[in-house]
Amino acid sequence: MMAFLADINAVANLAILALLVVTAIAVVRSVNLINATIFMGIFGMLMACEYLILAAPDVAITEAAVGAGFSTVLLLMALFMVGEKEKKSSGGKVFPFIIICAATVMLVYAGGQMPMFGASDAPSQGHIAAYYLEHSEGETGIPNVVTSILASYRGYDTLGETLVIFTAGIVVLMLLGRFKKEGAK
Amino acid sequence: MNENIVLKSVLKLLLPVVILFAFYIQVGGETSPGGGFQSGVILASGLIAYSFAYGIEKLQKIVKPQLVRVASVCGVAVYAITGVAAVMMDGHFLDYSAFMVDKIVAQKSGVMIVEAGVGITVFAVIMSIFYSFALRVEDA
Repeated sequence: MMAFLADINAVANLAILALLVVTAIAVVRSVNLINATIFMGIFGMLMACEYLILAAPDVAITEAAVGAGFSTVLLLMALFMVGEKEKKSSGGKVFPFIIICAATVMLVYAGGQMPMFGASDAPSQGHIAAYYLEHSEGETGIPNVVTSILASYRGYDTLGETLVIFTAGIVVLMLLGRFKKEGAK
Repeated sequence: MNENIVLKSVLKLLLPVVILFAFYIQVGGETSPGGGFQSGVILASGLIAYSFAYGIEKLQKIVKPQLVRVASVCGVAVYAITGVAAVMMDGHFLDYSAFMVDKIVAQKSGVMIVEAGVGITVFAVIMSIFYSFALRVEDA
């Protein structure tokens, strides 16, 4: 039974990763920008499924709501302002191609040196993670380790994160935030 | 008059569930996946979907743009004040154990308050970004 379940995970992983590549190509290839935005939404939904398979439900919820939902809405609204047709790019194609090739080579090189997925000697397993996993419930009484790390052990970081979100909101308000008076035509 | 009738009837059933789910994610963040960030995002997405079906004017009457701006400050303030309060009670900054004698209850309630602050900020910021875009679109 366990082997069967592991196989299901592997099959689902492969299927989702393949679909991710297909949607990414579809995003780049589509000329109509509304189509590209919808493909971005599908990409976000697939990423949410992938996070769920990797046992990160907190991230999956966020990705499903932000990546597939809210950012698609924002992009669509931006398209209503700027129009849905892609502008013909005027620059040459050689320089971007070189940059993409260089980035690909760097990613492949760096990927080769990453620890294997789920490896027990990965740096993220060795440092302080074990302490959190052992002591979280005893010290904070919170069974969900993600919450106890985010809000208690790493409270500083989450405060900073909240400030970043707040700053982003202020910046958008400064740029676009002159609302019409309610009820006024 | 009857445009978006499918969207409207589906949302009528779905929106209460979405709002309830957002609160469940907020409160249940200690035992199950979720927390302030997720809850704020889900609540905001539900209301944005509502504005698609029923128009942004109706949403503006329920969730006022000015109120949302104030709320985004309040969320950060709740978080920061919790941290300062811990310092006042002879603890370190954001060390919730200083609040009560029973450290576990103190930690739990501290996390609860802080998560509420995060939830308010995330919800308010997403709503105000949405308003900045949507109300501008209507002008154009």
